Amino acid sequence: MNKVFFSLLLMACLGLSQARSAEFVVEVTRGQDNAIPIAIVPFVDAGTADVDVAQVVSNDLARSGRFKAMDRKDMVEKPHTGASITYDDWRRLGNDYVVVGLMTAQGSDRYNISFELYNVLNHQRLLGFQISANRPGLRLASHQIADMIFDKITGIRGAFATRIAYVSVSGSVPNRSYRLLVADADGENPHVVMQSNEPLMSPAWSPDGQNLAYVSFEHRLPTVYVQYLKTGERHVVSAKAGVNQAPAWSPDGRKLALTLSTRDGNLDVYVLDLATDGLTRITDDPAIDTEPQWSKDGQSLYFTSDRAGGPQIYKVGLQPGDKPRRLTFQGNYNARPRVSPDESQLAFVTQEEGAYRIAVMDLRGRGDVQVLTKGQFDVSPSYAPNGAMIIYASRDRGRGVLALVTPDARVQERLESSEGEVQEPAWSPF
Amino acid sequence: MKKIISIACLFAAAALLAGCPKKATTVEPPVAGSQVPGAGGTSGADTGSTTTSPLGGDAGTMGGGPGGGPNASVGRIIYFDFDKSDIRPEFAAVISGNAQFLAAHPGAKLKLEGNTDERGTREYNIGLGERRAQAVRRALMLQGASENQLTTVSFGAERPAVEGDDEAAWAKNRRVELVYGP
Repeated sequence: MNKVFFSLLLMACLGLSQARSAEFVVEVTRGQDNAIPIAIVPFVDAGTADVDVAQVVSNDLARSGRFKAMDRKDMVEKPHTGASITYDDWRRLGNDYVVVGLMTAQGSDRYNISFELYNVLNHQRLLGFQISANRPGLRLASHQIADMIFDKITGIRGAFATRIAYVSVSGSVPNRSYRLLVADADGENPHVVMQSNEPLMSPAWSPDGQNLAYVSFEHRLPTVYVQYLKTGERHVVSAKAGVNQAPAWSPDGRKLALTLSTRDGNLDVYVLDLATDGLTRITDDPAIDTEPQWSKDGQSLYFTSDRAGGPQIYKVGLQPGDKPRRLTFQGNYNARPRVSPDESQLAFVTQEEGAYRIAVMDLRGRGDVQVLTKGQFDVSPSYAPNGAMIIYASRDRGRGVLALVTPDARVQERLESSEGEVQEPAWSPF
Repeated sequence: MKKIISIACLFAAAALLAGCPKKATTVEPPVAGSQVPGAGGTSGADTGSTTTSPLGGDAGTMGGGPGGGPNASVGRIIYFDFDKSDIRPEFAAVISGNAQFLAAHPGAKLKLEGNTDERGTREYNIGLGERRAQAVRRALMLQGASENQLTTVSFGAERPAVEGDDEAAWAKNRRVELVYGP
């Protein structure tokens, strides 16, 4: 009897922490003209796995915008080894590359996946690998295969086997419920990290991808927490009187930049040493200074300040006496900077024709600005760790949704969520 | 025992509705309930006839009245223009009514909750909400409230009063709520 009770309880606990799967449906709103045609032939499998590996790989590559994945309905043959590929047929169907593979069961819970990537034009075998995965690891293995193919063909490291953190809000005012979730980069496998009846905001990944810092209002006051994702353990890192906001990890993971306030409500940027709890004030201005982000070398911070009137983006060195330098001059509203992984570019929110949109600024040349999106409320940009994509929060028919755009604006996609308001996406490191 | 089982079943049913787990590597989230101190002033938690206690009277102690704030005829919400934190003339009575109450009840505590509409970036909006709460704090202090009676918090755009992507909704969300509490 106790056993039954225990297992039911266990189910209940797991049920609560696992959100519904397949929260997102990807819709490509604008694709790339010169996308590379590739065919991912369905892998022969033992028929017992519940993940269609070839389909996951195909969806990943298509979502990047750089590939046009052939619909399997259009395939006239389905080889699973290189020896059985008829190259002329694949070429006639317009493919540059073809991927074949097979999956074999190793006992009840383990699978061996082998796959090969071929260049259809010169018959060259570009990749051949074997991956072993247990049942829960099959999606991850699929994303890793997509990463290898992406890397081999484009020369850019793939970021399909990464995750996104985001906030989901459900219920109606005033009975809203806030959840902080982490899902695979394709929106699958969402897990609740934290839930509360009061706002949760500003998730930030530690550089090792093991921890999330975020702001929770669960006691009706803002508190910055750091939560270890593996165990769910968390601890308070900042709960001072006034504002505790906008956490950002230093590249070495040892410090957090934060926004704190003085008693009279003046917001400034500080740096907190996580080991010693030592606090260093970085900005000192009566304006709102917030939304700090670290430079790649950890020697300076980008941040938003309205010291010149409206919000604009500044950069300040961390040495005593360093003076903030203004970076944005176009328009009245430029805020919430995010640095691209190679620091060649800054993504931020800009106001244009009364709308809020995602823009990027070139940090290496003349500081050219390009507005990437066309929505009314596009905010919270976050770079994929390979810099090839930016995820951001948008609104669609009155609902918060997540969307993707490439830093050259050539590919635009929307992630249709099945429930609630989705906001504040943060892409994990590799 | 029967009762325990049925509760467990209820949980299990809830789990099934939530979508059953496919794998056993889930993280248990620390679930936080919201503990709201002093249910909030906006619902008109009126404590009756304690609005005009004489100066120098029940000062200092929290005996009954001060916890709930002034009579419900004194407003508890101040609305703001877009991107502004100045207090519009029409809210002068809200300021003076609450300031008088605070001056008369030195033991009373008031939390000022600053909010913005949904437009703009979330963290910058926290700054704007704080600026609004501070504007109300200064106005109350100018009219007799003392510093140690007042605290501020900014929710930015995270706790809208009204849903909607239009000016009618936004106008109701750009606000400072005055919440009396312990």
